[in-house]
Amino acid sequence: MTMKIRTKPYGEMEIEDRQRIVFPRGIFGFEDLREFALLDAAQAPFYWLQSLQRVEIAFVLIDPLFFRPDYTPDVDPAELQEIDIRGPDDMLLFTIVTIPEDSSRMTANLQGPLLINRRTRVGRQSISSNPQWGVRHTILEELALARRGA
Amino acid sequence: MLILARRIGESIMIGDQVEISVVDIKGDQVKLGISAPSQVKVYRREVYAAIQEENRAAAANVPKSLPHIEGLLEKKSPPGSPPPPSGNPRGR
Repeated sequence: MTMKIRTKPYGEMEIEDRQRIVFPRGIFGFEDLREFALLDAAQAPFYWLQSLQRVEIAFVLIDPLFFRPDYTPDVDPAELQEIDIRGPDDMLLFTIVTIPEDSSRMTANLQGPLLINRRTRVGRQSISSNPQWGVRHTILEELALARRGA
Repeated sequence: MLILARRIGESIMIGDQVEISVVDIKGDQVKLGISAPSQVKVYRREVYAAIQEENRAAAANVPKSLPHIEGLLEKKSPPGSPPPPSGNPRGR
């Protein structure tokens, strides 16, 4: 099944049912927004999380492991249980990207990872209990470090 | 808002499973002890606020076209450092 949606980055488009993600508690700061679509961005390695309720709200996402291979979300097991994630195969992991005018300074929020159950397509934003992770990690710097260290 | 006065060593119950006790008071700082079941998450308010604010900033500053990471990395590489591998974005 497909459905037609309106998106901020690409205007009207068709998505598959499996791209619909429900965040029962919304996203912090946007607690009223529960229905989203997960889209591949035209530009890798990004993704879009498009609100289906408010077209002007769309988040840029990145897989944190792309620039922080050592990242672990370290969230409370109860939060995984809440969205029925039983093992690593169930979980999609993303972080939200903030892109300032100088896009080379773009940052990712590693303290508030998005966890999505791949089977049920239910997600939540969690808070990492690891004090190493903050809300603004500079992606390019940490990617350069990761590559140098690899 | 309910406001209660408590002394050191006294506590309040929230429901029958969450207990917050005043452990110590020094100047303008209060040390609280919190016992709660593991499914009740306890965070400093600032952590929540920081994540909410960052989400709002992320949604407010979405550019028309997304940045090209490999291109930006090349530009940023200091002189003398080897250029990042091309062709394979995850290449090492």
